[in-house]
Amino acid sequence: MLAEAITAPQPRNRRQLPSFGLGKWLLPLYTTLALLFLLIPIAYTFVFSFNDSVKSNISWRGFTFDNWTGVCKAQDVCEAFGNSILIAFVATVAATTLGTMIAIALVRYRFRFRSSISLLLFLPMATPEVVLGAGLAAQFLGAGIPKGLGTIIIAHTMFCISFVVVTVKARVSSIDPALEEAGRDLYGSPAQVFWRITFPLLLPGIVAAALLSFALSFDDFIITNFNSGAATTFPKFVYVAASRGIPAEANVIASAVFILAITLVITTQVSSTLRARRLAAKS
Amino acid sequence: MAFSAFATATATEQAPRRASKVALLLLLPGIAYLMLFFLVPLFSLVITSLQAPAEFGDIGEFDNAFRWENYTTVIGQYSAQILRSFLYAVLATIFALLFSYPLAYFIGVRARPYPLLQKLILVMVIAPFFISFLLRTLAWKQILSDESPVVAGLKALSLLAPDAFLTGTPFAVVFGLTYNFIPFMTLPLYASLERLDTRYLEAGSDLYSTPFTTFRTVTIPLSMPGIVSGVLLTFIPAAGDYVNASREFLGGTGTTMIGNVIESNFLISLNYPAAASLSIILMAVILVLVTAYVKRSGTEDLL
Repeated sequence: MLAEAITAPQPRNRRQLPSFGLGKWLLPLYTTLALLFLLIPIAYTFVFSFNDSVKSNISWRGFTFDNWTGVCKAQDVCEAFGNSILIAFVATVAATTLGTMIAIALVRYRFRFRSSISLLLFLPMATPEVVLGAGLAAQFLGAGIPKGLGTIIIAHTMFCISFVVVTVKARVSSIDPALEEAGRDLYGSPAQVFWRITFPLLLPGIVAAALLSFALSFDDFIITNFNSGAATTFPKFVYVAASRGIPAEANVIASAVFILAITLVITTQVSSTLRARRLAAKS
Repeated sequence: MAFSAFATATATEQAPRRASKVALLLLLPGIAYLMLFFLVPLFSLVITSLQAPAEFGDIGEFDNAFRWENYTTVIGQYSAQILRSFLYAVLATIFALLFSYPLAYFIGVRARPYPLLQKLILVMVIAPFFISFLLRTLAWKQILSDESPVVAGLKALSLLAPDAFLTGTPFAVVFGLTYNFIPFMTLPLYASLERLDTRYLEAGSDLYSTPFTTFRTVTIPLSMPGIVSGVLLTFIPAAGDYVNASREFLGGTGTTMIGNVIESNFLISLNYPAAASLSIILMAVILVLVTAYVKRSGTEDLL
């Protein structure tokens, strides 16, 4: 027993752990029910994207594919969706660039005001979105800047930067500095060392940060609502339409985005697990 | 070749000075951006919160002033909404923690021998993030609405009075807040439980501790960093949220939260000073609570 505990490969041993006398099946059963609970609204949104609705998509009136085949018949939905994609794309490129630069500097260089800079990066994540939104809106109002797509992009870039820094920073600190040193020893110029060694090693972190930024920007409503003026985004469209009924086309767009995102995530997760298993088998 | 060797040599000689220059170049754009669009807006918010209505001005026109009574006015006028926001946020945080802990424990500890299963369950936990926040809240509104089979079923089982309703009640708002922020609670809990060394649990049972005592004295303290970040990540957005409590979503006239008041003052009645002073109050209370909570639980290096 003792010997087994010591020699057992920790932490991936298959021994049953103490289960608090709740029985072996209680926790798996709870997990299954909890996951089903989390998926209820997703299933609801998906099912009602096939509803043969007239104006408001509240009661079930019959099955149809029309909402999927003619999404852009509801023109305002499609326009709002296009705006959301455009905003998320520009904000993601800007936030990922600025955030990656900060993350590299934080891990690789020593400089003064380090703790104040860390605080400046942490605070936007600890501030409620209404405060971020109202603050920017007050500033645009004071400076006389008209609200529109531009101000939404400025706002989204701002709140995405901190999340990019946190994500990329973890990756930068996992890179062995010896690899860059080897590059320099072999007479690589600083630019060559960066683009041939550092950047490819950083890439998975940068991609993860960009996907996170895109998702945060695409689904943001609270900050957008304060800084959008007359411009509309997909979440803002849903909010405004909520009082008079949401067209089923909105469910189509949300379901399509969901399917795309979940496929992407599951594929990367499964393939990375399989790759790890193959590597483990080889060694 | 010779030239590049020479260049590298000089570069190494000047390394410290060059390095700080590079660091400055890397930091400057992003930090300047955050100063301009995060710090300066906070100052504009403070300035706006002290403004006075412009003389002979229209609605929505204000002059800079030091009207401190803006603060006392909004506190007097909206004390119910301010207290309600923090009450709802605390309740939602507690419910999310109770819901998430067993789930995170299963993924991080029990499912550890099966990495693929772990990853797939995690994907399902974050799946709600991939469907629009507003649409999933509206979906709950329909499911909890008076004509839904769920409500009819609860009434048939006498779990709900025949004339009772769910939407528009504090129950629905706290339910919505809990649901929407569960992933923010589960992920940090999972991250710390995944690193939990299960040999400590075996040691506990070897020393004749009951499973409950082991859980209380070993598992909970070891997962404290996860509990702290989960509580913060849930509480902060829940306290400032105004979608769940809005009348078009899960709330009613009696569930207005501080976020709803800020929104209506800023965007509808154009009373910018009131909206700004409420924002400052919300931010100040959250910062005080967060600092006290982090100090008490002894995890001060969050970033």
